Amino acid sequence: MKSEDLRYSRSRRLKNQILAVVTNPYNIIVVVTVLLLTYLIIFPLLDMLSTTFSLSQRDLRQVTGGVTGQFTFYYWKRLLASELSVNLLIKPLLNSLLIGFGVSIGSIALGAALAWLMIRTDLPCKPFFSLAVIIPYMIPSWCKSQAWLSMFKTARIGGSPGFLASLGIHVPDWLAYGPVAIIIVLTLHYYAYTYLLVSSALNSINSELEEMGEIQGAGKARILRTITLPLVMPAMLSAVILTFSKAIGTFGVINYLGTKVNFVTLSSQLYMNSKSQNTQTAFAMAIVMICIASISVFINQRVIGSRKSYATIGGKGGRSTPIGLGKQKPIITIALFAFFVVGIIAPIAILVLESFMLKDGVYSLSNFTTYYWVGTGNTHIMEGVPGIFRNTNFVRALINSLKLTFVNGIFGTIFGQIIGYICAKGRGKFHGQLVEQLVFIPYLIPSVAFGGIYLSMFSRPQSLFGVQLIPALYGTFALLVITSVVKHLPFASRAGTSNMLQISGELEEAATIEGAGFFRRLAKIVFPLSKGGFISGFMLIFVSIMKELDLIILIMTPTTSTLPYLAFQYSNQNSPQASNCVAIVMFSIVFLVYALANIFGDADLAKSMAG
Amino acid sequence: MSKIELKGVNKFYGKNHVLKDLNLTIEDGDFMTLLGPSGCGKTTTLRVVSGLEKPQSGCIHMDGKEIVNAAEAYFAPPAQRNLNLVFQSYALWPHMTVFDNVAFGLKIHKVSADEIKKKVEMALNRMQISEFAKRYPGELSGGQQQRVAIARAIVSEPRLLLLDEPLSNLDAKLRVDMRSELKRLHHETGTTIIYVTHDQVEALTMSTKIALFRKGELVQVAPPLELYDNPKNLYVADFIGNPSINFVKCKAKLSDAGMAVSGVLGNMEFSRADMTPDAPRSGECDVTLGVRPEQITIQRERTSPTDVEARVYSGMPAGSETLVSVKVGDVLLTVKEIGSSRYSSDDTVYLSIHRQKINVFDTASEELIKYCV
Repeated sequence: MKSEDLRYSRSRRLKNQILAVVTNPYNIIVVVTVLLLTYLIIFPLLDMLSTTFSLSQRDLRQVTGGVTGQFTFYYWKRLLASELSVNLLIKPLLNSLLIGFGVSIGSIALGAALAWLMIRTDLPCKPFFSLAVIIPYMIPSWCKSQAWLSMFKTARIGGSPGFLASLGIHVPDWLAYGPVAIIIVLTLHYYAYTYLLVSSALNSINSELEEMGEIQGAGKARILRTITLPLVMPAMLSAVILTFSKAIGTFGVINYLGTKVNFVTLSSQLYMNSKSQNTQTAFAMAIVMICIASISVFINQRVIGSRKSYATIGGKGGRSTPIGLGKQKPIITIALFAFFVVGIIAPIAILVLESFMLKDGVYSLSNFTTYYWVGTGNTHIMEGVPGIFRNTNFVRALINSLKLTFVNGIFGTIFGQIIGYICAKGRGKFHGQLVEQLVFIPYLIPSVAFGGIYLSMFSRPQSLFGVQLIPALYGTFALLVITSVVKHLPFASRAGTSNMLQISGELEEAATIEGAGFFRRLAKIVFPLSKGGFISGFMLIFVSIMKELDLIILIMTPTTSTLPYLAFQYSNQNSPQASNCVAIVMFSIVFLVYALANIFGDADLAKSMAG
Repeated sequence: MSKIELKGVNKFYGKNHVLKDLNLTIEDGDFMTLLGPSGCGKTTTLRVVSGLEKPQSGCIHMDGKEIVNAAEAYFAPPAQRNLNLVFQSYALWPHMTVFDNVAFGLKIHKVSADEIKKKVEMALNRMQISEFAKRYPGELSGGQQQRVAIARAIVSEPRLLLLDEPLSNLDAKLRVDMRSELKRLHHETGTTIIYVTHDQVEALTMSTKIALFRKGELVQVAPPLELYDNPKNLYVADFIGNPSINFVKCKAKLSDAGMAVSGVLGNMEFSRADMTPDAPRSGECDVTLGVRPEQITIQRERTSPTDVEARVYSGMPAGSETLVSVKVGDVLLTVKEIGSSRYSSDDTVYLSIHRQKINVFDTASEELIKYCV
């Protein structure tokens, strides 16, 4: 601009630039968020990485002339290239992949089929089914494995027989334990992801697209294959990633159904190593798992490419004419009912039934007891531990769980919405992408490992430039909260982003024009409009944390124990009844909260997950 | 009631250069329409004026006061510019009633409750929607929402009112009603209005001035009729007018006296007095004649030797007017006749053309070289 009537002064320009940055609260929030995320995500990750290269006291004699803390390739060599590798890494890795692929395939097939039936066909009893389909997501997977054991347990492992065995039915070992059992149980859990994602994708497809195919003369199968399926493909691929990385990182189910037959995966090995203070090896395994998860995400992005979603191309979407199932309708309906009875009602029923049995595996009326619920402490049963409602441990765990879920639900949702706001506003800009990428990282870290990193990092006081920022948090409630909030940030912020994207930018601009400042816009426009998403986000975190076991299993101390951990302990102490009681209470709370949120708010799990 | 001056404004979105060295002055009390096809930068111009977008260079003055000086990174916040904006989507806050939507800005400026009530009621009355004050936007029709959006924009009596394609979401009949409503509003308040549209009929009927955009550049700024009669170049001529102008390629011989044109429409002479100052004064060149469809009269019989014989391609009676496509040689022309008459395809007809009204453009430079008089 050389025109003479343009004033120009370098100092004024600088002043204006600084003023523009400093007086805009949005910039400050972005900066604070980036700093916090870096500290809570990048630092722990680097800490973990450096730990695997640093010699620990206990391994001093493994390295000649080693000094504690010295740089070493010892752990990586041991893991990747030693005679131990096969047992330490290769076998568990192959098992992990087996579980990952098995569960992904099963979940996609089951979830997509259910979604299609529910959304696009004239299936009867839809309201019932649409609720029933979500329930598995609310029953923790380790609860299901407990139910599985109650049903199929064989005499081989010792202890009492399962329901089928007590009826005199022979159950083969390969069905009772090991990969088949694990894949089935996990599939029955994780199909919910596919179901939720695919059904929201199907919902956004205009049925005129399918009708056009029909007019062109395509049969139902062909329409499904050439029109519907490609349109929901992006949603299905996202579901694969979600399922695959979750299945690989899962630990509880492996512990219940695999360990007893020496079926180990990376996650269970990671847990064992962590538990036995082999932190370096455990972290190295965690890094291997992070790499696998990253590769799967990378492949997913390559496959989907820029066509992230067809949803918007589908146009109005509003019109949806259900497809007639014709003669198969009664058969499909009955099959679905059977599926729900076997897959959902049965596990719950078995859990409830078993919780009233004095000795597990003995199915007779004389064996009926309410001891595990309200017993007053009998030295012959469970070493005198009273029934859960009279048990101070249970009460404490219950209070802890509720406290954890509510504190987390609230903090997690608020952070999630704020980060979502940044991601939505910063779409296509550097800061938006940075925050989006940062917040995605915890998703790639397996839960057990994530707990391990935070345990090792926050067990000692954290200081920066000699100033102590955070005291040692070992055994505190605060550590539980931080760990779960950060681990659930990817979900929470995804829910937040999709929520914020629904609020048109013009609504905020209209307020800017009227002279509303940043905070006023948040308070008067953004938050009132995002209320529904807020409740959904809260629900998502609440449900997820209430049943969380893998993530906090390493952090647990007796005073901070939660319901899932208590159930896990009871189960390990061979008191499945008490464990069942705890699981039932927990499940009831989850279901109750979900029902309440559904009735009083327009909470929608699918919406917040679809991102 | 304010004068806006944009000087050397450039705006980039990443590498995409959306506004190219824009210079535009909007006089006090103007109804200035920014017109152009989608993606030409007209909405961006509006957003730059409103303060929602920051240009990379250039400056903007409002009543002589600087509101944007990109070189010094000075951008007055939108709220300090004393303007208001009606969005294409209306951007009504769905969680507030009509009253609260309109009152929002007043509340922020800490106007007393009595005053707010009075002003909001006045604005709602003016837009004839006072009975909807307690409703939510979702309970209103598109036309009513539109009125709420305008009420919200005028309640604070801004000196400058910005309208971003406000009528594009309305059905055809409502659009005509709202046009006269907006023109009335401009007349009554005297507020300076900047109005963005891609609809040339809206632009021609409502504005005091039109600024025509092409790919981020300003092509011509003129009052509507001037733009219609003497478009600066082929682009403007083609864009303005419905049905579109007819283009006929011809040869021209230029001299100091004027020019002689020959082509399928016959031989014509134009005098130098009707030509632009920049028109060449000698030589031969390819020219394009621009003939408005209403400047051609269609007859069944030849009435003059200069009439051009043509064949009817198709006739399209529409009640108040009839459009007829005719072929002269290989050239397809559109003719507009008032009233309805029936022409069958392949009828032979004779065209008489109002020669003084013809625009002549230099085919190579696309610029206008002969005015319509």
